[in-house]
Amino acid sequence: MNVIFDNIPAYLTGFLMTLKLSLVSGILALICGLFLAAFRVSPLTPLRALATTYVELLRNTPLTIVFFFLVFVAPQFGILAPLGFWTAVIALSAYTAAFVCEAVRSGINSVQFGQAEAARAIGLTFGQSLSLVILPQAVRTVIPPLINVFIALAKNTSVAAGFATVELMASGRRLATANPADTVWVLVGVALFYLAITIPAGILAGVVERKVAFAR
Amino acid sequence: MSSLLYDSPGPITRRRERIGSIIGGALVLALVALAVWYAAGRGVFELDRWDVLFDPPKNQSAADVWTSMVLKGLGATLRAAAVAAPLALVAGLLLALLRTARHAWLRLPAVVIIELFRGLPVLLMMFFGLLGFGWDAFGAVVFGLTVYNMAIIAEILRAGLAALPKGQTEAAYAVGLSRTQTLFSILLPQAVRIMLPSLISQLVVLLKDSSLGFIVGYAELLKSIQNNAQYFGNQYFIALFVVGGTIYLVVNITLSRLAVWIQKRSTRTSRGPIAPRV
Repeated sequence: MNVIFDNIPAYLTGFLMTLKLSLVSGILALICGLFLAAFRVSPLTPLRALATTYVELLRNTPLTIVFFFLVFVAPQFGILAPLGFWTAVIALSAYTAAFVCEAVRSGINSVQFGQAEAARAIGLTFGQSLSLVILPQAVRTVIPPLINVFIALAKNTSVAAGFATVELMASGRRLATANPADTVWVLVGVALFYLAITIPAGILAGVVERKVAFAR
Repeated sequence: MSSLLYDSPGPITRRRERIGSIIGGALVLALVALAVWYAAGRGVFELDRWDVLFDPPKNQSAADVWTSMVLKGLGATLRAAAVAAPLALVAGLLLALLRTARHAWLRLPAVVIIELFRGLPVLLMMFFGLLGFGWDAFGAVVFGLTVYNMAIIAEILRAGLAALPKGQTEAAYAVGLSRTQTLFSILLPQAVRIMLPSLISQLVVLLKDSSLGFIVGYAELLKSIQNNAQYFGNQYFIALFVVGGTIYLVVNITLSRLAVWIQKRSTRTSRGPIAPRV
């Protein structure tokens, strides 16, 4: 147990790195995911096909493979992603963007047909019906699943430990090798730090879900 | 085609869409062409980068390469998944039953276990097995996959039980079934059935997560790609990766399609949603 308190600074360094990874890739994934979702609901077939292919590919690929590609395969044709932090950011945001896209798309699709039809019937333009009728309703349904996507992202940052980024998991592994007698407690410490992110976020998702729930 | 966002287009809009599609298509094609041109410039398509798949150097036969990847690599991946999946299903079912129990002292531990393992990375659980308990890599991978997925499966089954109409339980009690009988012969079969798509997509997640074994030193598919590339030379990384990546995609997309197909087939009865799983 003491091993946790003795190594708080090491944990904190890793924890901050995990937070930084989650934040930067979360923002990037959100931006890319929104663009992908816009492509997926657009009337232009090529854009739709592009976004669908991307989402299907990334959703069925393990995150480890995305990292593996960036670290080992991409350099073979001359793309050298800067090792460590930015490799992790690229892999995590490319992977998470697919899930953001799916969450946003299903949110848009969950708006009832009649809402959009009514908006058009009273003469709202495309932009107006989107910004005044559809998106306000879509955002409500999108936020809880989106929070879940970001919780998964926070957990997924641990994969970066296998690819030369010293975040929470990697510093935990270092501590575990340094304290072979207390490995279980060292890892319990790591677990506590992860829970410090995921449990509040999970509760937030629940609260938001109840707050924005509305009668259909 | 009418969709949520726009009505069926008229002639002007259709022409505009066609022009837009052509421009968009040209842009996408140009991007692909650019990527191919770039890759060709780097010699990606040259034969000596791919011959490892059919005529490998160092006196090895193509069969050796394919055996090491498909039989050993994919075999190890599937073995870990095949051991972890039933364990996770059984443990998840048990947790779901406890979670819906009448007594709080049964419910509470189940809630704690589910919330705990749902909030932790699978990789951390694998390191618990590997470093914490000193197991071998296979045991660690199976442990990590099992404890995480049992928590998710418990939640899926609970959602399935909660989605059933109340009349089912009432009718079962009315014909004199006991609580256990109601659960096992009336509620669970229906809950499993409506949540089958979600359960299958969770299996895809389990299979995907088995690749984390690469990090804890389990010799699965990804590791076999790396081993082959290190033995034959780094220039073969691309060819080997294409094969390995395709194997993952084929297996996972097949399973995902199966989930969607089952969901479509069962729309005539009440259905549960396929929750997006990350």
